[in-house]
Amino acid sequence: MNDRIAPDQLAPAPRAEERKPAPAPVATRGYIGASIPRANAKRLLEGRGCYTDDIQLPRLAHVVFFRSPHAHARIKRLDLQPARAQPGVIAVFDGRAIAEYCTPWVAVLGHLKGIKSPPQHAVAIERVCWQGEAVAAIVAETRAQGEDALAHVEAEWEELPAVTDMEDALSGRYVIHPDLGDNICFKRELVTENFDAAFAQADLVVEETFGFGRHTGVTLEGRSILADYNAAEHSLTVYHATQAPHMMQDIFSRHLDIPEASVRVICKDVGGSYGIKVHVYPDEMATAAISVMLRRPVKFVADRLESFLTDIHAREHKAKIRLACTKDGRILGFDLDDLTAIGPYSVYPRTSGIEGNQVVNLTGGPYRHKAYRAKMHVVFTNKNVTCQYRAVGHPIAVALTEGIVDLAAAKLGIDPAEFRRRNIIPDDAYPYTFPSGIKFEKLSHEQCLDKLLEAMDYRALRAEQARLRATGVYRGIGLAAMIEVTNPSPAFYGVGGARISAQDGATVRLEPTGMVTCLASVTEQGQGTDAIFVQICATAVGVSVDKVRVMTGDTGVTPYGGGTWASRGAGIGGEAVLQAGKALKSNILDVAAAMLGVDKATLDVRDNAIVDGATGEAKLPLAEVGRVGYFRPDTLPMKFQAELSVTRHYTPREYGFTFTNGIQASLVEVDTDTGFVKLLKHWCVEDCGTVINPILVDEQIRGGIVQGLGAAMLEECVYSPEGQLLNGSLADYLVPMSGDVPDIEVAHVCTPTKQSELGAKGVGEAGTAGAPGAVMNAINDALAPLGARVTDQPFTPERILRALGRI
Amino acid sequence: MKASSFGYARPASLAEAFALLARHGEGAKLLAGGQSLIPSLNMRLAAPELLVDLGALGELEGIAPLGQGLRIGARTRHCEIERSALVAERAPLLAQAAPHIAHVAIRNRGTLGGSLALADPAAEWPACCVALGAQIVIASARGERRVAAEQFFKALYATELAADEILVAVEIPPPAPQARSVFLELARRRGDYAMVGLAAQANRTDGQLRDVRLVFLGVGAIPVLARHAMAAIEGKAADAAAIAAAQHELSKDLSPNGDLYTSAEAKLHLARVLTGRALAALAR
Ligand SMILES: Cc1cc2nc3c(=O)[nH]c(=O)nc-3n(C[C@H](O)[C@H](O)[C@H](O)COP(=O)(O)OP(=O)(O)OC[C@H]3O[C@@H](n4cnc5c(N)ncnc54)[C@H](O)[C@@H]3O)c2cc1C
Repeated sequence: MNDRIAPDQLAPAPRAEERKPAPAPVATRGYIGASIPRANAKRLLEGRGCYTDDIQLPRLAHVVFFRSPHAHARIKRLDLQPARAQPGVIAVFDGRAIAEYCTPWVAVLGHLKGIKSPPQHAVAIERVCWQGEAVAAIVAETRAQGEDALAHVEAEWEELPAVTDMEDALSGRYVIHPDLGDNICFKRELVTENFDAAFAQADLVVEETFGFGRHTGVTLEGRSILADYNAAEHSLTVYHATQAPHMMQDIFSRHLDIPEASVRVICKDVGGSYGIKVHVYPDEMATAAISVMLRRPVKFVADRLESFLTDIHAREHKAKIRLACTKDGRILGFDLDDLTAIGPYSVYPRTSGIEGNQVVNLTGGPYRHKAYRAKMHVVFTNKNVTCQYRAVGHPIAVALTEGIVDLAAAKLGIDPAEFRRRNIIPDDAYPYTFPSGIKFEKLSHEQCLDKLLEAMDYRALRAEQARLRATGVYRGIGLAAMIEVTNPSPAFYGVGGARISAQDGATVRLEPTGMVTCLASVTEQGQGTDAIFVQICATAVGVSVDKVRVMTGDTGVTPYGGGTWASRGAGIGGEAVLQAGKALKSNILDVAAAMLGVDKATLDVRDNAIVDGATGEAKLPLAEVGRVGYFRPDTLPMKFQAELSVTRHYTPREYGFTFTNGIQASLVEVDTDTGFVKLLKHWCVEDCGTVINPILVDEQIRGGIVQGLGAAMLEECVYSPEGQLLNGSLADYLVPMSGDVPDIEVAHVCTPTKQSELGAKGVGEAGTAGAPGAVMNAINDALAPLGARVTDQPFTPERILRALGRI
Repeated sequence: MKASSFGYARPASLAEAFALLARHGEGAKLLAGGQSLIPSLNMRLAAPELLVDLGALGELEGIAPLGQGLRIGARTRHCEIERSALVAERAPLLAQAAPHIAHVAIRNRGTLGGSLALADPAAEWPACCVALGAQIVIASARGERRVAAEQFFKALYATELAADEILVAVEIPPPAPQARSVFLELARRRGDYAMVGLAAQANRTDGQLRDVRLVFLGVGAIPVLARHAMAAIEGKAADAAAIAAAQHELSKDLSPNGDLYTSAEAKLHLARVLTGRALAALAR
């Protein structure tokens, strides 16, 4: 293998077609940069996946939850006995009973100064704080019997005032948790020294307030857990649809009082996560506690209604932003005031302060202004909790920044692409420290902008837009430049005291047959992590991809690590795999050199064989190294021990985060009579450093964009003023469907990070980060000649008609 | 979300079905395509003791000529109506509306009778049947009766059907030689129930629109026949003034309720937009 992987020097992607042998071995040049099909795709498509809900254990019981119908109420009376008497019911528990086995938690972090949240129990005791909060657990032989019994729970409530409006919450008119003194979970203020001067000397200051709806992740597979307590060992095995098995192992251990080494968390196939499955859920903790209480396996799978009521929500923000610039279009500074509501509890253990914190960190991201002031409040409300969902804070920060940038450009009469060109941080300015304090290693805003404008043929589109406008057709073009946090170091959570690993590990093992097994601590949620680890491992060791098996998601088997979140799997987990693979190769060569009696430096591993490094002449099949290493070590020199299994870890250290950048564009057509928006086309150019598998990267971007389009156009968890969720089904909560999604063109600029040998940055969230801002700007561009503007997502026909003054 | 337990029967004849309905009364529920009923069972919005599957009743199937008109069996699936040459010729409004009903997979199972019996206020078939002046054929142990579509829909999800009755067919009168129809619908996503929809039918003679029928869906508890707007355009050429007059009159015909995403005001506005577009299309 080359010392540094240079993707542009690689051969075109080997194609694997149905029934053909595995792609031709190109191990010496590497699979990095090749669109290798994912090994698990066929298994999943043939229906041979195994999700948590597919697991059936002897004596398996099912738990269902009686949930609060009110947003805020005192539990006056709760009688579970009628439910206990129903057919198939094994046990019934209220919050107090569960609390005997599961301690409460408080979700705060040391580095989010002043963040506060009350203790939260797995099942509510005395008081409920949002509609859908679990109040009692019913355990039955089948889920259906459990649901039958639910109808027999008797409860009486004393309703308490429900705080559902963010500003009302901030005012503190009614305090949800009196012990905390007010409804403010967390606040942050930041101002650079030069701020006042910059705004005073500005030729133009523009200001706008933007609103962002609450939405949720809608994973195909609902949250699922099967907890199996073994009283004989005082051990707990949890099959869990989670992104972070080691984090959950630690949490089950501490809250259920079982030694960590006796807790094993296993992730079977996971059907999508998007951040939904990286948090501690009270009903899942209750399920684990009940398994301990009943000394038998217990399963809980959230149905779609429960998902809408209790899967974390995200995003509800209202933010005022101001931009100061000179009359020739130079941005001097940004001024942000963000308000976000998170429900009644900060979510454990990552807290619900992170999204607002990200908005503060990232607003203004792509630009080279020096002045910045930010104010941000995170408040409690009586709605479902919110927490980190794909692109955490980015879609807010990008839409705020790009919306106000477009407004400034319009006021100055400067083309929005030109305005951006004048202000983006130049490609030769790195390393660069941004006014919010974050540091950029190396970004490529200028290259990305150029590439985007060329890909979309910006000038031609503008000309067409003008032509069509004359015929009463209102098209709009919107741009959104962005930065994305990826590959986080311990600066994200660890420094705040969270037991969340920022490092990841990989164990790579040569099997006696010459196969290679890779055990990695990053997990697979359907995004293709397994596939890229196969590619990296095959490349590093020198074998073809069909020789590599990857296993993830089992705390009993893999090295310790963080799992999947914050676009870190490829950049952090991939580097660990690369280093482990390289070390294994070196150890293989030690064995081969001993077997052949030659200098190790003359040998290499290529195409599943030991070869002469200079001539490429085959010396030994790898299987022969395996055979001797494992079965005939007696034939090797005395004192030589073959080490055909290697573990390596990786943590990013130099930078708190490895930022990526990119830019998106949207082309829309607005029907000004109906307020309907047609998304005609979408473009994204982004820079995730080394591209390991182009198809996977492009589809990450596309999938992310589709979630962003959903945010902009359709998705919102709508609550009544009393705190009732009004759209808890897929008939009413609208997600984009394939027919509503435009063609999405994706292109890349490649600036590998120098922090790792692999050079990969993250890519999982960029699409979601930029799409809403691009669409918003496109709609406003279309509406501009009519003097209308929309700023509240999602952009429903109703909102557009109101902006147009049609209703 | 699991349905509570229920019994299941698949009668081989209408008589057998009537007997089951007589025995179980309100506890029985007819099952056609199941595309609305099964979700409501799973969400525990309904908990019948017995499902009476109409799937084996051949007499409820199929599309056949009835004089110059049509008879469509209640169990005829949306996709069959969508693809029928006979429907395209004799009741093109149905063919125009069909693609707006849900998605292919649902149209492959959902039935005409199920949709009419359910009477969702935003569904396409009820409005089309009213626009076409269809007769709904209803059978029970007491015999068969016919109800005009206009009288069939009573209130939100309520129809003429009694608990012991089965909707067996829809009869559609022959189209006039100059008949034209247009179906327009606004939905947030393709295949969703209509935010506002319009089934429009008229005869165009000498550049004028006659026998105009404008039936709205998604703006009331049942399909709404817009009598004032119809009167405003009746016998007129669909010029700008006549269209504006019809649009103006709509406020007398419609008093929509807002829904989750759309206010009453917006619905009335959108109904006016669709009226303008439909009349222009009918006159074209
Ligand atoms: C995702 C989704 C989207 C949808 N979108 C639309 C849409 O845009 N427009 C639309 O119109 N529909 C839509 N539907 C509903 C679909 O068209 C249903 O098929 C239809 O409403 C009911 O027909 P069915 O044959 O499935 O009836 P079923 O679900 O079997 O029954 C519905 C009701 O009618 C009764 N019933 C059925 N047949 C008879 C009969 N012959 N006599 C008396 N009573 C009877 C049943 O007892 C039941 O109460 C959608 C459904 C889904 C799941």
